[in-house]
Amino acid sequence: MVDLIYQLFPYAIAFTIPLLITSLGGLFSERSGVINIGLEGLMLMGMFVGALVISSTEAIFPGTAVWIGLLAAMFFGAVFALLHAFACVTLNANQVISGIAINMIASAITVYLARLITGSGNVQIIRGLSRVTIPVLSELPILGRLFFTQTFATTWFVLFILAAATFLLYKTRFGLRLRACGEHPHAADAAGVNVYLMRYFAVLISGACAGLGGATFIVTLSGEFNGTAAGLGFLALAALIFGQWKPWGILGATFFFGFASTIANVSQAVPILAQIPGIYLKTFPYVVTLIALVLSSKSSQAPKAIGEPYDKGKR
Amino acid sequence: MKTKVRVKKDFLMSLFAVFLGLLAGAILMVVTGNNPFDGFYYLFRGGMMNIERIGNTLGMATPLIFAGLSVAFAFKTGLFNIGGAGQMLIGGLCATAIGLTFDWPKPILLLAIVFGSLIGGALWAALPGYLKARFNVHEVVSTIMMNWIAYWSIFYIVPAYFKGPFLETESQRIPEAASMKVPWLTSLFSGSYINLGIFLAIIFVVISALILEKTTLGYELKAVGYNRDAAEAAGISVNRNIILSMSIAGALAGLGGATFYVGYASNMQIGVLPSQGFDGIAVALLGANSPWGVFAAAIFFGLLHTGKGFMNAMTAIPPEIADTIIATIIYFAATSVLIERNWDRIKRFRAGALLRKAKKRTLEAGSGGDQ
Repeated sequence: MVDLIYQLFPYAIAFTIPLLITSLGGLFSERSGVINIGLEGLMLMGMFVGALVISSTEAIFPGTAVWIGLLAAMFFGAVFALLHAFACVTLNANQVISGIAINMIASAITVYLARLITGSGNVQIIRGLSRVTIPVLSELPILGRLFFTQTFATTWFVLFILAAATFLLYKTRFGLRLRACGEHPHAADAAGVNVYLMRYFAVLISGACAGLGGATFIVTLSGEFNGTAAGLGFLALAALIFGQWKPWGILGATFFFGFASTIANVSQAVPILAQIPGIYLKTFPYVVTLIALVLSSKSSQAPKAIGEPYDKGKR
Repeated sequence: MKTKVRVKKDFLMSLFAVFLGLLAGAILMVVTGNNPFDGFYYLFRGGMMNIERIGNTLGMATPLIFAGLSVAFAFKTGLFNIGGAGQMLIGGLCATAIGLTFDWPKPILLLAIVFGSLIGGALWAALPGYLKARFNVHEVVSTIMMNWIAYWSIFYIVPAYFKGPFLETESQRIPEAASMKVPWLTSLFSGSYINLGIFLAIIFVVISALILEKTTLGYELKAVGYNRDAAEAAGISVNRNIILSMSIAGALAGLGGATFYVGYASNMQIGVLPSQGFDGIAVALLGANSPWGVFAAAIFFGLLHTGKGFMNAMTAIPPEIADTIIATIIYFAATSVLIERNWDRIKRFRAGALLRKAKKRTLEAGSGGDQ
């Protein structure tokens, strides 16, 4: 049993990280008051750009191609998120519909382009990231084996972003202003904050994070773009809600969901786990999120102005 | 009078969104080195060049009509049902289960399938409705969760109970008696995918229009959509209407699932959320949430989906262009507020100009009379 946990842990963490960063992106957007249902599409865009850039540069820069791909995915994720920001912030469009449009545009246009480029619609990369063991820390009892062996560099990168984002949101003036835009935009405006600019910025960050999440999934787990994010973006959205729009809550929620999904994915190969029906493991994240929504209905931590287009003239 | 103006404006807005969507498709074709005129020619020709293709278009449009009606119905009550995909899956599962389990004569079996899928979809959507009414859980989030719960449930239930003979990822073929395809209709449209679902869809378009326009139920549902507090104050039970509206929306989507999985298709694939569930949002937006508008928009999207394969065969353009166009239409429909605002401004400006002109003319006529 203990051995099993040791074996599963690296996979669970690898599955958690793309969810975590995408969910963190969603946190920025929603904390500024813009619902982001388009996480799935933004992630898919990151998967596509990441796979495409890596597959076309890995012959030239064998070692660094992966990182170029990750950066490109972040950049294009942000660019694609501009569409959502433009609709929601500048045009005061319905944020839910815009998010759905983002998902649909992403899944149509990435497959369209992939078909033109590769013929099949799949984009494969030859080499993803390799797992590394951290020299000294991996010697620690228990923790060393759980957290510091067989890790990906992206895991540490994403955890660093999590720490930085938490600091940015809660310890800086910028973070306070961003959160104010999601709670009470008129008050923020009166205090001299440019609500429109802040929301643009937040949505762009969410695009970059989701793009990174998608590309991370490609380089650590799947190794190919196949035209779907398979609901990972929605899982990240569920984690955002289950984590009650807080960075550490998100970390817990994504790990929780990542572990459950990993168990479901490997349960066929492991006799003990095969006894747990996959249907419970796979539906678990969504069911607990629904339950969390019901339980927190009286004291929801959701940003108060979420989903409302900011209208300067309205009081 | 006022509703007439409104209808005209909605229609123009929809046309404008379609135009922008087609334009975006054309730009995408040009950027990727294809001729958009060829592309659109084959796209539309592929959807209606012969009676079989027209049948396919109608068959493809059938689930879209239901999905669109579902979204539109919930929208009238101020609810946003984006769980159409999950409700379709559950409706399809009920239809498939009934079709594979019972060995009844075709009319009875089809009737059972219709009621089964209707109830399955209604129950699946009633839960988000209840959560909204009782706990104020936002229906957008809860229906998304319900979509994925449906997705994974189907993923495990179909292989466990209805596994096909060859593939793990699909159900058995449903028997002839359980299919909504009937020989006379299939041969009338020379072997296309059209099925009895299209008549069912038309019936439900009429029923939806009647409920919304002519009954107390429809009036109450719309009143809740217009102003929840005013409806409550007028003695309309808001909570009851929310649950009811979601259930009706779910029933419609569930029926759509039946027309897709035992009508258009003949088995269920696992691991796929039916795209019609989301296309339904586009259909409802484009149809301005009116049942007949939904009907027309669904036929248009059915045409795009049917023609895309032909276009792909005749040109180098990938079939996903149709999905791109639909997605872009949703985006522009979402942002149509801006268009509408400018539309009003242009109209006011023109009205002002006309008024000034008329004034000038009367003045001139007056001064002319003096001389």
